Amino acid sequence: MTATQDIAVTVRSLGKSYKIDHLGLAEPPVEAAEGGSRRRWPWQGKGPRQRMSSEIFWALRDVDFEVPRGKVFGVIGRNGAGKSTLLKILSRITEPTTGMAEIRGRVGSLLEVGTGFHPELSGRENIYLNGTLLGMRRRQIDQVFDAIVDFAEVHRFIDTPVKRYSSGMYVRLAFAVAAHLEPDILIIDEVLAVGDLQFQKKCLGKMKDVTGQGRTVLFVSHSLSTVNSLCDTCMLLENGRVAKIGPTESVTASYFASSEETAGSLLDLTADPPGDRFCRMVGARMVDRSGESVSYAHIDREVGIEMTYELLEPSTGPVIPNFHFFTAGQCAFITSPLPQPPASSGRHQATVWLPARFLNEGTYSVNFAATTPIPQCCHFHVQDQFCFEVIEDLHDEARHGAVHKVPGAVRPQLNWSMR
Amino acid sequence: MSVTRIQPRRRFSFFEWKEIVEYRDLLYFLALRDIKLRYKQTSLGAVWVILQPLVPAVIFAVLFGNFARLPSNGQPYLLMVFTGLIPWGLFSNSIGRAGTSLVANSGLLSKIYFPRLIIPLASMGSVVVDGLVSLGVLVVLLALFGIGLGWHLLAAPFFLLAAFLMGLGLTLIVASLNVYHRDFGYAVPFALQAWNYLTPIVYSSSLIPERWQFLYSLNPTVGLIEGFRWSVLGGVPITVTMMASMLSGLVASLAIGMAVFQKIERGFADIV
Repeated sequence: MTATQDIAVTVRSLGKSYKIDHLGLAEPPVEAAEGGSRRRWPWQGKGPRQRMSSEIFWALRDVDFEVPRGKVFGVIGRNGAGKSTLLKILSRITEPTTGMAEIRGRVGSLLEVGTGFHPELSGRENIYLNGTLLGMRRRQIDQVFDAIVDFAEVHRFIDTPVKRYSSGMYVRLAFAVAAHLEPDILIIDEVLAVGDLQFQKKCLGKMKDVTGQGRTVLFVSHSLSTVNSLCDTCMLLENGRVAKIGPTESVTASYFASSEETAGSLLDLTADPPGDRFCRMVGARMVDRSGESVSYAHIDREVGIEMTYELLEPSTGPVIPNFHFFTAGQCAFITSPLPQPPASSGRHQATVWLPARFLNEGTYSVNFAATTPIPQCCHFHVQDQFCFEVIEDLHDEARHGAVHKVPGAVRPQLNWSMR
Repeated sequence: MSVTRIQPRRRFSFFEWKEIVEYRDLLYFLALRDIKLRYKQTSLGAVWVILQPLVPAVIFAVLFGNFARLPSNGQPYLLMVFTGLIPWGLFSNSIGRAGTSLVANSGLLSKIYFPRLIIPLASMGSVVVDGLVSLGVLVVLLALFGIGLGWHLLAAPFFLLAAFLMGLGLTLIVASLNVYHRDFGYAVPFALQAWNYLTPIVYSSSLIPERWQFLYSLNPTVGLIEGFRWSVLGGVPITVTMMASMLSGLVASLAIGMAVFQKIERGFADIV
């Protein structure tokens, strides 16, 4: 057992419920008249009687965990799992319904960078306003003022209203104030997505400094690469409850396993296969060399994208599958096999192998199509239903120490001659 | 090391004044923001602060004093109106400006924790500054009219403080209710206008017939205005009824304001 003073955050059976009102028509009017309905006022209209029914929804329930001092604690989970609610309670924006949390030390929250910035005020005025909003005293801001301006690189514009700033400058200034807050416990929610790459690198560097100085960080993110490389311990939330707490790697692994059924890298279209009367798509999945389904791709391992399709009659000419790979909204590449012989009717699989160290880290989505060249026709084109993530350890030697996401749609490890 | 305990709060707890003191710099910068923004991109800037109470005072003085020839108890009509407008401005502008402050700052309130009371208090900052400027204008007017001041001037701060606190109480009520029903934001200006006419600002309370005097004095703001006017211009001191209804109005508005505000404060982020 750890001594109490070494624990920065203690959370005990924390819960938060919301009452959700459903506005609906009351089924039997009699019941509504008998008081089943909400109080009604004469001016509320005489139309069909409306009734409010309400239901209690638990956004967070029975959450227990502890964060030791000086550790980086990650919180992951799908949208709506309760991550944001948890952070809102811990940063005291909203009150819990049950349970309690105890925080030892000063909390700095980066829930929303730049909150309270006013476009009409100058950079200087905004630094003071934002700093005091985040809980700093005026004197403390005086001390770090120059450091903030340096960090944000806005020296020349410090007395210009921030409405004249470029969006990059604006975000830099906002983050700079938050980064110089120097709290004992830092709560961060997805802020690393701000600014240009160079600035992101700076921010990640700042975060590493923060943890290096023995501060505690509570980090909520969708970027599993970042969670994997920054967090010591990690908690997985599912539907408001704690699904798993433990070493980051094992928790992220079970996150992938749990997301397998619903999202991303497994597509089952058997219920209503898209296509024409000749060829239909049945499904797709990501596989490794042994043919096992995998839920994410590691950058240094080869993976295959396997599409299953069905020919309703034997083909006379070749059926060519096309896979379109997209990342960040851009088509990274399209790939299709070399000319194929005619195929028999029934199910077929087409798998494209993506070599290790070919894709970049990040999320890719794949569109599937099957075409016949002569006469030219497209049998199906399935879009935006399949995606997968390529992850990479930030300490991977091929990164040469880079902490930000390496730009580019792909990042092939090519052959080099060095003399 | 500070320990923060987060748990469901009890139904009623007192304001954590200590925390508000801790955040006084935020109060200062938020109030400064409101004041700066009020006169951004105006050519006259601070001159508006002087003109705002002065122009209506002159208009009312000409209308009621010169044309309608309403009584002013021997005082210059302009001064009578102006001494009425100062405490009334403190009271009604607070409600007018700070009444919508919670909703206007919902972006802040739903993202960062700080004592929520700071928001309406900061919005009242600009009202207080306007009031101080008006006091300066009053000093100039008194000198111009050659009015001497008496010992009763010592009571002036008391009436101004009362105007501020009564304004604060009602501000808290309006700001809180406005979170649930934005209707209040629309209704309040009308209510204030009606209240204005029921208060002896542009006229003297001696205009009210004797048999209505008692009922009239039950309006808590009557004592506020007549009290301040008496402390500056002298004349008839306020009645016991005026004083009593002023004080009870003050206590009631503060107590109700605090209670309503606290109730809203707890669930604010969930409502907006």
